[in-house]
Amino acid sequence: MSAIDTAPPRSLGGRLGDLFWRRPGLLVALMLMPPALWLGIVYIGSLLTLLLQSFYSLDEFSGLVVPEFTLATYAELLRPSNFDIILRTVVMAALVTIASAIIAFPIAYVAARYARGKWKALFYLGIMLPLWSSYLVKVYAWKLILAKEGILTWLFGTLHLSWALDAILAIPAIGGNSLSVSYIGTFLVFVYIWLPYMILPTQAALERVPVNLIDASSDLGGTPAMTFRNVILPLAFPGIVAGSIFTFSLTLGDYIIPQIVGTSRLFIGQAVYTQQGTAGNIPLAAAFTVVPIVIMGIYLTVAKRLGAFDAL
Amino acid sequence: MRSDGDRAPLLLRLAAAGGLVYLLAPLLIIFVYAFTTEEKSFVWPPPGLTLKWFAVAWSRPDISAALLLSLQVATVATALALVLGTLTAAAVSRTRFFGRETISLLVILPIALPGIITGIALRSAFSTFSIPFSFWTIVLGHATFCIVVVYNNAVARFRRTSASLVEASMDLGADGFQTFRHVILPNIGTALLAGGMLAFALSFDEVIVTTFTAGQQQTLPLWMLEELIRPRQRPVTNVVAMFVVAATFLPILAAFYLTRGGDEIAGGGK
Repeated sequence: MSAIDTAPPRSLGGRLGDLFWRRPGLLVALMLMPPALWLGIVYIGSLLTLLLQSFYSLDEFSGLVVPEFTLATYAELLRPSNFDIILRTVVMAALVTIASAIIAFPIAYVAARYARGKWKALFYLGIMLPLWSSYLVKVYAWKLILAKEGILTWLFGTLHLSWALDAILAIPAIGGNSLSVSYIGTFLVFVYIWLPYMILPTQAALERVPVNLIDASSDLGGTPAMTFRNVILPLAFPGIVAGSIFTFSLTLGDYIIPQIVGTSRLFIGQAVYTQQGTAGNIPLAAAFTVVPIVIMGIYLTVAKRLGAFDAL
Repeated sequence: MRSDGDRAPLLLRLAAAGGLVYLLAPLLIIFVYAFTTEEKSFVWPPPGLTLKWFAVAWSRPDISAALLLSLQVATVATALALVLGTLTAAAVSRTRFFGRETISLLVILPIALPGIITGIALRSAFSTFSIPFSFWTIVLGHATFCIVVVYNNAVARFRRTSASLVEASMDLGADGFQTFRHVILPNIGTALLAGGMLAFALSFDEVIVTTFTAGQQQTLPLWMLEELIRPRQRPVTNVVAMFVVAATFLPILAAFYLTRGGDEIAGGGK
């Protein structure tokens, strides 16, 4: 009797297992089918439906969408009122990114190199709690802080610095009636909400900087400033760029923060929301959503060159 | 040698401490406001302290309904994301096949693009195919961007799990399902738990995509948003906000103590 005959009869599962073992491609295809169908149909399908809409236009008189191919809607983006919205959003995203990088660096550096024991726990909580707390609750907290009768006004008053707050609010363009209705307020909230996304990759990059490189630099006569400029910063830079992807992209697309804290002038996200909602101009809303996609496409290409993806 | 024992320069320490205050103070302020007696404004310092808003918030049916809907959506979306994310991770890490990079990109896209794009894309698809808003339209959106967190966790674990374990199991006569149940699942279990928790948290807190897919339904974040735009019940909102912060505090603390030994930053995958 041959060995094959003595083998027990295989179950259905066993035979399936054998089949998959002989034809691994079949198993991979079967495994990929559900997620590929889900993402391909639900997500990419939706994105394409949206993209298609941006090539349609809205009939000004009837208010109906004309399903004919045209670039008129994209031309509308260049109208001063719409172009201002894009410019305002991009400038805000850039400023928020720069400020986040500056505030995040000392936190990330101390957390990565010096914090031990109790301090390590505090840094961990200080980064993770704001990261994981509800987005809306964080925005709400800032509404409380920035309100005219709120804690910041009180703090400036107690320190006899009310004149400084008034001076800040009196600055044209970025000031306003109170912090909660000014660009400064919007900026503060944006930086607060996205700061942890900058700290984490920066910290991860800094943790990978070998201590002996820093020692070598100072042994060779480098001052702390030189060591920072020539050793630490270049090694941490990919991490900072990785963080900036988040802060920049998230600011570009957000429409809730500027709606709750800030002036009545729109950002891209709000423009999309109003165009598709109250204005009913789906083509223009769709064209507006293409703007952050294109900007992020360019940004990601540059970031990839700078090595940010290895630092994620 | 400048080793781990030394202290940071004063300026650096001050900057880091200032940063920590900026990060944590707003969350602490939420706790104080939950007890304030003031109803009409956000005045600081609070004129008095009271516990009565806790009782008021507890008895509000709209809050409990919103909370229930949020929990249900997060549960179903997490379950779907677990299945789809694990399948993708298994396929991608197992073999090199044509279009592998495309699949990774496809999975990451829903979270890489701003939420408003995912939201409006789904909304315009729903209206194009005249799909009415329902529980399932919310779940559909949430599951789409939750797949990536499960995928990220699972794919890292699959890479570290040796393929020879699976071969050994098959050689010893186990069929595919036995191998999955006794070899693969115990190996990836904790990664799935972590991914599932992240997905749940992400779904529970999601507001931007949900505004486009919920129609008239109200999840807890949507309730909160409504109160933010048109404040009607400030004290009740304060109490709800405090509870949401407290609810995130405990898992974060637990995650810290569970992963203390490792050098990974737990929760950094958000």
